[in-house]
Parts: sequence; C-alpha cells; structure tokens
Amino acid sequence: MSEFLQQLLNGLSLGAIYALIALGYTMVYGVLRFINFAHSDVFMVGAFIGYYAGKLVPAGTIWGGLTVLAAAMLGCAVLGMTIERLAYRPLRGAPTLNVLITAIGVSLLLEYTGQVFFGAAPRNFPALFPVKNFAVGGLVVSSNQLLVIAVALGLMVGLQLIVYHTRIGTAMRAVSLNPKAAVLMGVNIDVVISFTFGLGSALAAAGGILYALNYPSIDPLMGVMPGLKAFVAAILGGIGNIPGAALGGLVLGTVETFVSGSPWSTYKDAIAFAILIIILLFRPAGLLGRFTVEKV
Amino acid sequence: MITALRFRWLPAFAATVLAVSASAAGVIKVGEFASLTGKEAAFGQSSHKGTLLAIEELNASGGVLGQQFELITEDNQSKQGESATIAKKLISRDKVVALLGEVASGRSLEAAPIAQNARIPMVSPSSTNPRVTEMGNYVFRVCFIDPLQGRLLAKFAQSTLKAKRVALLTSVSSPYSVGLAKFFKEPFLAHGGEIVIEQKYSENDKDFKAQLTAIKPTHPDAIFVPGYYTEAALICKQARDLGLTVPLFGGDGWEAPQLIEIGGAAVEGIYFTTHYSPESTAPAVQKFVQDFRTKFAGETPDAMAALGYDSAMVLAQAIRRAGTTEGPKVRAALATTKNYAGITGVITIDGQRNATKSAVVVTVQDGQFKFVETIAP
Repeated sequence: MSEFLQQLLNGLSLGAIYALIALGYTMVYGVLRFINFAHSDVFMVGAFIGYYAGKLVPAGTIWGGLTVLAAAMLGCAVLGMTIERLAYRPLRGAPTLNVLITAIGVSLLLEYTGQVFFGAAPRNFPALFPVKNFAVGGLVVSSNQLLVIAVALGLMVGLQLIVYHTRIGTAMRAVSLNPKAAVLMGVNIDVVISFTFGLGSALAAAGGILYALNYPSIDPLMGVMPGLKAFVAAILGGIGNIPGAALGGLVLGTVETFVSGSPWSTYKDAIAFAILIIILLFRPAGLLGRFTVEKV
Repeated sequence: MITALRFRWLPAFAATVLAVSASAAGVIKVGEFASLTGKEAAFGQSSHKGTLLAIEELNASGGVLGQQFELITEDNQSKQGESATIAKKLISRDKVVALLGEVASGRSLEAAPIAQNARIPMVSPSSTNPRVTEMGNYVFRVCFIDPLQGRLLAKFAQSTLKAKRVALLTSVSSPYSVGLAKFFKEPFLAHGGEIVIEQKYSENDKDFKAQLTAIKPTHPDAIFVPGYYTEAALICKQARDLGLTVPLFGGDGWEAPQLIEIGGAAVEGIYFTTHYSPESTAPAVQKFVQDFRTKFAGETPDAMAALGYDSAMVLAQAIRRAGTTEGPKVRAALATTKNYAGITGVITIDGQRNATKSAVVVTVQDGQFKFVETIAP
C-alpha cells in the first residue's frame, strides 16, 4: 500500500510538470489553432534562466527560489511574445501548415542556439529552495515534490482566474470562439495573442524550473521529451481545453510512473502512448474536449 | 592539388570549423571519432586529451617511420547514428590509416563495420562490450571487456560489500549497460547471490523514482547500476531522497567528475570499477600524470584519458613494427601486440583482439575519488 501511495505521489509530481507545459500548448491552440512546437524549448530556456539567475541569489532560501522562479517566468514570457511577434505574426492568415513548419524551425533554432551558448554537456542545476525529506509512515515525501504540486496547482488556479474573471481572459475566450467576430466587437487580437503566448511561456518556464529542481541535470535538448509528453497530455485532455490539459498531464505522469515501477518498465513510453491511442479511440476529442464540427 | 578537409574542435562552441589545407607528404593521418560534446562529453574529452598527449609525445620523439602523426578528430555529439557517417568521412575523404574511438560501446559498434569493410584498423580505447571486437578482425581495443568487469564486480559485491541480495537497475537502450548487467548476473548467481529485483530505464531518462520505489520494499543489500555517469548521479540522488541507504555500485561508466558534481552528497560511499587509478605509484603512471597535468592546466587524468593515451601508443608501436601504414599489415602487427607496458597495465592482445587486464575499485569520499583495491582477473 505504501508503495502504491509512493508511486502515486511520484506520478503526480511528474504529471504536474507535464500539465504546466501542456497548458501552454493548449492555450495557443485555443486562440490560434496551431501547435507551437517551440514551446518545449521555451521550457528549456526557462530552466537555463533559472540556472544563471540561481547564481545571483543565496541557494536554499524560499525568497531566493521564488525570485528566480519569477525571473524565469518573466524572461520566458518576453521570449514567447518575441517569438510570436517575429515568427508567427507575419504568417497570420497563411495556411496552418506553414506556421507549423515555422514552429519546428523556431524549435530547432532555440535548441541549437542553446548548444552554442550553454554548451551541449549537461549541467548541474542548483538547489534553489530548501530541501527536506519527510517520512510519513512508509512514505517519503520530498519538499521538492510538494513544491511542484503546490506551484502547479497555484498557477493553474491563477490561470483559471485570469481566463474566466478578467477582461483579457474574456477577450481570449472570445478570440478562441470566433476570431472574426471578436475583432468586430472591438477586441484587439494582436494584444490577446501576444498575451496568450506570454502567459503560456511563463507557465513553461515554471515547468522548466520545477523539472530542473527535481532532476537537476539540464542541457539544451532537455525539453524534447517532456515537450512531447506534454503535447500528448494536451491532446489527451482535449486540445484547447485548459482543465483538460491539466488532467491529461496528471494522467500521463501517473500512468508512466506506474509502468516504470512495474516489471514492464522497458515498455514505459510504449504503454503510455498506447493508453493515449485507446482513450482517443473512445473519446476522439480527448477526455474533456468537446467535439466540434468544422464549418466550411 | 589534393586538399583535405580538416576538422578543428573549439571547446566553447559545439560547432565545426572547417579549414582547408594541403596534405603534406610524409604525414601519418589517424582519425579519431569521439563524444566531445553531449551526454558522455566528460569521457570523450578525457579520452581525446589522452590521445592528444600521446600523439604530441610521439611527434616530439621524431614520429614513426620518419613521419609525423596528424590526428583528425570528429565529434559525434554523444548521439547514436553519427559515428558511422563520421568513420566513412574520415576514411574516404581524409584517407586516415587507422581509426581511434570510441568510449561508448554503442558508438564503437556503429563505426566498426565501416572500418572492417575499408580494411582500416580501428582501436577502441575504452569500449568494454564484447561485441565491439566481434565486428571483425580489424577491430581492437586496449581495455578489459565486460565479461571480465562483470565477474570482478560480482566478486567485489560478494567479498567486499558482503552483499547477498542485489537489486539491478539497467539501461535498456545502452548495449554497454545490458551487457554488463548480464555478465554481472551470471557469476553472481553462480556463487550463491540473489537478484531480488530487476528494473529498467532508458538513456536520457531523468526520473528514476518509480523504479527506485519498486526496489525499496525488496530490501536489497546493494543496488547495481551498470550505466553512465549522467544517469548514475541522478539515480544515486533520487535513491537517497527516497530513503534508500544501501550502497550503490557500477562499472567504469561512472568515472567522471560530473558524477560528484551532479550527485553531491548522494554519491558518497558509492563504488565502481575502472581501469586505472592516478594514485598508482608506478613510475610510468606518475610520469603520465605529471605530463598530463602540465599540458592540461593541472587536470588529473582519469581512466578514460589513460586509455586514450594507451590506444594511440599501441597503434603507433604496431605501425612501427609493421614498417608501413597499409591496413592489413598494421592489423597483423596490432594482433601480435604482446606485453606492451601501458599506463593502464600490461597490454597483450588476445585471439579475440581484446586486452586482458586487472581492474581497480574506486569509491567517493569527501567529494573525491578514492582508490579502494585492485582486483586481478
């Protein structure tokens, strides 16, 4: 039983990180109807900002850790908005495929520029927050795992508030529902899209920091696998749906952890993706997604 | 005019800088493919530095057959699938007479068939998987092989660690790890040991908590992780986080400063086997350590550096004995290498083109590697 709970905890803390990244994929899809493949590299940049900013604050303090987290989120928000302004905005109105290829291009650009600037060798990520392990019964809970879950939950609640209880959130939902009608109603679509990218990238940065805190070895290609998993999580939960992305991330992380801890650990990724295929067979729009008919 | 593309590697950039130069007559070109960047970069860098030092010493003493050596190095970025292309390029475009490489068995396995087909001798400094030299009779190595390392590790676990029940955590995507796990298991079980649980991971994984959580309730006496240092460091860290206090041990894939950098306090008291220890008092070893420190800003050479050095030296003396740089003749000379006194021990190439040598056990104490014992084969 305690092993089950331990695996559940491991799975939830991994899933919470997938969820944070998945939110960025899903929000961009919601307003622009395309997959921003560069998102996983924004996650990587977030971890590297944390790495460098971490040298400026005393290690192992809560305020230092939160400052670094905020710095990385801010830095990546700017990066996300810059990417949108320079690479995607000129292509607005172009076929989705063109934007998709551009996104892959931006992704590779970030990865290999990262290799030039940061070097390809893995680096040791500093312990930003105080680290403590609690033993509860047979369960070992590390403060980092709790931090991941707490920060992820906090950010998701914050996101929900922004999307449903602010003017810009209402504008985001309007653009998502019908961009042309939103423009006619006086919504400034450029501002909304820019804001969406900033918000999604900030969440990716938080994911990057939390990931690096738990697995303290970072390199410029570190975003590839978690990015892919988060993308899958976004689809699993129903792409374009914010609570769906969170749920998808948690489901994927938990399934992956349970398979890793079983005798079939070799097939970890295969089983996780097989589950995705099965869920999509029964619910083509994802767990929480609503199936919409494309209007021609 | 024949021109050759030469590759120079700049430490700060993982980029290639191509320089065109006329190939001088009377130069012996040796190709090296190495993991200079990426996941196993610490190994690739060490090995490369050892090889550089050997080539420099050889050239300073007048070279071989009245000719100077030219080392042409290519980086495979620790990636699968790059080494074969690089080996082809080195052989067909640079016209190297021999290949040196790689640290990782998986990547040596990629280049070996290319060398074999082109009849270019290849000497691997530190690929320990037995399959590497089985690729053909042009493929050699100067290190011990995993069946021996596995046997020595089993011996170490049973006699020094007094471990009867061991948990295994193997990387399924690395031939080195799969091989070493198998060669550990057989003698360990034969001598009354018990493998309580076998868990798997893949290269580039970062989360091992699930596997370690499954290992914990089986209460092993020790955990054996045949793998490379990047994953090993994270595994040690996460094992300690989960409250697993038993010793962890591994093979020569663990020996890199990054193990201590990433692992921190979690790698204190771990053990691994490797090829040599710079703490050895043998005069040849001390001279090598001194020369290496002088050339590379006080850096102490690790086993990979010593093997990189030995691989180039064994190749050079084979070319000297062959009296030519023709592939088949150099191959024949390499195959008859006998009692060559290398830095990592006395090297005699056996019928399977392997070197049989003793291993040393190293631990981590106060953030430093510490020599424990030598285990004879």
